Amino acid sequence: MPEIRNFTMNFGPQHPAAHGVLRLVLEMDGEVIQKADPHIGLLHRGTEKLAESKPFNQSIGYMDRLDYVSMMCNEHAYVLAIEKLLGIEPPPRAQYIRVMFDEITRILNHLMWLGAHGLDIGAMTVFLYAFREREDLMDCYEAVSGTRMHATYYRPGGVYRDLPEAMPKYAYSQWRSKKDVDRLNERREGGLLDFVADFVRRFPACIDEYETLLTDNRIWKQRTVNIGVVTPERALQLGFTGPMLRGSGVAWDLRKKQPYEVYDQVDFDVPVGSNGDCYDRYLVRIAELRQSTRIVAQCVEWLKANPGPVMIDDRKIRPPRRAEMKGDMESLIHHFKLMTEGYCVPEGETYAAVEAPKGELGVYLVSDGANKPYRLKVRAPGFAHLASLNEMVRGHMLADVVAVIGTQDIVFGEIDR
Amino acid sequence: MSEPTAAGAPAGNDRVAALAELVEATLGGRVRRLPSLASEIAYEVSAEHLLDVARQLRDAPELKFETCVDVCGVDYLDYGRSEWNTQRATGTGFSRGVARGAPRAEGPQPGRRFAVVYHLLSVSLNRRLRLKAYCAEDEFPVLDSVTGVWASADWFERETFDLFGILFRGHPDLRRLLTDYGFVGHPFRKDFPLSGNVEVRYDPEKARVVYEPVSIEPRIGVPKVIRHDNRYDPALTNAPINVQPKPNA
Repeated sequence: MPEIRNFTMNFGPQHPAAHGVLRLVLEMDGEVIQKADPHIGLLHRGTEKLAESKPFNQSIGYMDRLDYVSMMCNEHAYVLAIEKLLGIEPPPRAQYIRVMFDEITRILNHLMWLGAHGLDIGAMTVFLYAFREREDLMDCYEAVSGTRMHATYYRPGGVYRDLPEAMPKYAYSQWRSKKDVDRLNERREGGLLDFVADFVRRFPACIDEYETLLTDNRIWKQRTVNIGVVTPERALQLGFTGPMLRGSGVAWDLRKKQPYEVYDQVDFDVPVGSNGDCYDRYLVRIAELRQSTRIVAQCVEWLKANPGPVMIDDRKIRPPRRAEMKGDMESLIHHFKLMTEGYCVPEGETYAAVEAPKGELGVYLVSDGANKPYRLKVRAPGFAHLASLNEMVRGHMLADVVAVIGTQDIVFGEIDR
Repeated sequence: MSEPTAAGAPAGNDRVAALAELVEATLGGRVRRLPSLASEIAYEVSAEHLLDVARQLRDAPELKFETCVDVCGVDYLDYGRSEWNTQRATGTGFSRGVARGAPRAEGPQPGRRFAVVYHLLSVSLNRRLRLKAYCAEDEFPVLDSVTGVWASADWFERETFDLFGILFRGHPDLRRLLTDYGFVGHPFRKDFPLSGNVEVRYDPEKARVVYEPVSIEPRIGVPKVIRHDNRYDPALTNAPINVQPKPNA
């Protein structure tokens, strides 16, 4: 009689479905998972320690690289924490710009998630569709900040600069036909707001397209319904937030419950699931795409009607304009001090949280009155989600691990920090 | 310089005051209120009361903190110490700010070096609370694990152990989480150098990755400076009307 034993299998860190550098040590009984032990930290860069050695503003760019598919939301939490300690509030136009870009970021993130999750469990086409729309939103990032991903656009006291009057256009070149370039430039005739307004007009039809591919698809349902079920009580115990918590039927959204910026002035709904399985979380995120589109549309309308400053007028925090520096000694000194030493933040500690696309992204900031943070802790939503992986996959088949990793929307930039 | 949520502040502060009354009525003398922003609430708890305070915060029907959002460590070794002496620099000039092996001046009081901070959230009552516990010993920091109270604390405590070397009594699986296999030291302690102690490279002769002491010189880009700012002085923020700047000035 041969001895029957569980065997241990290694999954990742180089695996296309590991969403980065996840290493899983799986204990299997045949094809059924008995225990999953995630090994993380392969992307640990010590962001928090690095931030302790830099003036406050120089760490904003590191925040983009935490959850590198929802860049501006990370900046937002960090900037909010500094603003809370400084006791400043950005002007309303900056707040609307932030809300608009938070929601654009949410769409970016959910599209990335949808494409990758689909690809992982066998739906190839939706990946290509999702990336088509992502490209337009990346262009919005580029128009305001000059980079497609790591924007460093939010600053304590507002945003770096106002929205551009003209969208950058594709240039004619020998690599593209004139017809193609004209087609690409067709929507880029106006300013950024016109481009975004055009996007929100088109986008609901795109969401319908994704849904046609997936929502009633038999294979999609076989792979997601009743996989990775989490009860609402357990979800709270495990520290779930965002769509993971709402998929289990808990209507908790920081944008509604603890509104920051101008979320209390825009109109949107909070979708919740009922079964707490992968399929419900899929439906929640699809519904969030529609709600985010609504919010962006409202912000565009407000921003078009209300010009104004996008940065507070506090010379101790906002660097002076170039022209002021050339003619004004005070401005030159302020510029020099801000660019070399930075500003000192009063002693104290605070916790600022935003509803990032993946859940609650919090920043715990301790300042001892210096020009650098004394301690910065980033509370990443994915960290708490991945910690529950063992519980979610136990008793499922090996192929379902991939579905659960996908539904958790894992990004290692924020988990490993 | 007003509160961040100027419009909603009074209502928010009432909520904080109401929560403070509830917490103090339930937990009595076991917690001590810490100074915090007006919109937040923070308590310190001694290490021996940590577990029963945590349990009561979760279970008491008027508190119901059913989620532990975050657990993190703080090392207070360098708190309030700047790298530049801004008072008497005129005669000597400014240094590079790098202290190479120099003995540190006095650190925090004994038993006040390592703190663990818990951020709690009540989804049903929409409240937050920050709980802070100091480890009694600086050389061998230990606290009780709250994994039995909040399951989410599991990985957060592993991370705190990894980065700060704080041990959690009763944790089911206290292994390193973020650092390399076989890593030595606790990198987020303030006496751990930013550039680390070892570096790795591929050695073509040995045909494997080798670990060597770091070759990078310690360097500080911007020295840490603490400057007193009257605008943030609590004694001066309620200055009389005639001292405040005129609107649209």
